[in-house]
Amino acid sequence: MALPGQTQLSHMEEFMEGIWKQNPVFVMVLGMCPTLAVSVSAVNSLSMGIATTFVLVCSTLLVSLIRKLVPKEVRIATYIVIIATFVTVVDYLIQAISLAVYDALGAFIQLIVVNCIILGRAEAHASKNPPLRTVVNALGMGLGFTLGLLSLGAVREIFGAGKLFGFSLFGPDFQPWVVMVLPPGGFFVLGAWLLLFNWLKNRKVDGALVKPLEGHTHA
Amino acid sequence: MTGAAAVNVTSSRAMVATLGLVATLCGVLIVSAYQGTLSAVTANKRIALERAVFKVIPGAASMKEFVATTAGIEPAAGQSSGNGVKFYAAYGPSGELKGIAAEGGATGYADVVRILYAYDPDRQAITGLGVVGMRETPGIGDKILTDQAFLANFAALDVRLDADAKALANPVKVVKHGSKRNPWEIDAISGATVTSKAVGKGINDSAQRLLPRLAPNLDKLRSK
Repeated sequence: MALPGQTQLSHMEEFMEGIWKQNPVFVMVLGMCPTLAVSVSAVNSLSMGIATTFVLVCSTLLVSLIRKLVPKEVRIATYIVIIATFVTVVDYLIQAISLAVYDALGAFIQLIVVNCIILGRAEAHASKNPPLRTVVNALGMGLGFTLGLLSLGAVREIFGAGKLFGFSLFGPDFQPWVVMVLPPGGFFVLGAWLLLFNWLKNRKVDGALVKPLEGHTHA
Repeated sequence: MTGAAAVNVTSSRAMVATLGLVATLCGVLIVSAYQGTLSAVTANKRIALERAVFKVIPGAASMKEFVATTAGIEPAAGQSSGNGVKFYAAYGPSGELKGIAAEGGATGYADVVRILYAYDPDRQAITGLGVVGMRETPGIGDKILTDQAFLANFAALDVRLDADAKALANPVKVVKHGSKRNPWEIDAISGATVTSKAVGKGINDSAQRLLPRLAPNLDKLRSK
C-alpha cells in the first residue's frame, strides 16, 4: 500500500514508533495537560494511559475503516464525533470498574476528547493507512503515552508520598516531598526526564556510544 | 455554488450522509455502552455510599435513604424534588437505629469539600466525619481526614436544637486552632484553616436544614 518512492515501515517498526522514536510524551511533547495533571501516582498514570490507549485504538480503527467514505470537508467533524463517542464509552466503563479511579482522574477522562495525540493520529495516520497498520501504530502510541505517564507518576509518587502503586517504600519515618504531587512537581519531573532523553539523544548523535555506559548518578 | 457546479467539490448530500451515518453509529455505541454498564455503575455507587456511611457510623449493618421535606420524611424513591434534604438512616444487625448520616458541602481552598457526617439523635451530637470528595492540597487540606486532634472535634459536636426546634441552639462554628471552648465549636487545623472552615460550614448549613425537619419524625425511623 506504500506510495511510490516511499519506504513502507514494517509492522514492528510501526509499533515501535510511538514507544521510542515518536514517543508522545518525551519526543513529540503532546498531551501535556493530562500528563502533568494526573501523573500524581502510578495507579492514576496507568489508568489514564489505558483509557487513552483504548480511545486511541478504537477511534483510529474506525477512522481507518471509513477513511475512503469520508469527504475531506467534514473529516475533522467526523473524527471528533468518533473520538467523543469512545471517550463517553470509556467514561462509563471506568465508572463501572472503579469509582475510586473515576474520582481520582476527574475531568481528565472527559478531556481525552481534546487530547491532541488522538486527533493527531486520526488525521496524520489513520486517515491514510489500512486498519491493521493503524491499530498497530495506535497501540504503540498508546503504550508510549502510558509509559511516559508511568515514568512521571512513579517518580512523583515515590518522592511525593514515599510509595509506589500504594505500597509504602521507605517506612514511617519518610518525610514526603509534598511539592512533587503538586503541579510544580509535575514540571520538575517532566523536565528531568526530558533532560535525560535529550542527553541520551545527543550522546548518540555525537557518536560517543562506543564508550561503555557510565552510571549516571542523580540525586 | 452547489455540488454540481464543480467536479472536485463533494456534494452536500454526501457530507450530510456521512455525518448522519457516523452520528447514528456513534449514537448506537454510546447507548449500548450506557445500557451495558448501568447496573454495574449503580451498584458501584451504592457500595461506595454504603461504605462511606458505615465508616462514620460504626456498628451499622444496613441503611435506608430518606428525604426530609417541610411536610415530614419519606423514603427516597428515585428522583426526589429539589427541596428535600437527603439523609441516610443506618441500622445495626438487629434492626435498631444506629445513627443518621447526611451530606454537606462548602467551598474550601480548591473546590467544594463534600463531607458526610454522622448524627446521633440520642445525644443530639455529630459523632463522625467522612469526606465524600475534595480537591484540597495534598499534605495540607487533606489533613482533615488524618489529623487526630481535628477528628476529635467530631467525637461529640453539640448540635442540639433551640427551644422552638426551628434551628440549632448554637450554630456550629470553626474557631482558631487551640481556642475551642464550647462543645459546638470546631478547633481548626493550624495551617489548614480554610479547609477546616469549609467542613464547619458544610455541617452547619446541612444540619440547620435537616435537623429541625428530622426532630419531629425521629420515631418513624427508630424501627426498620
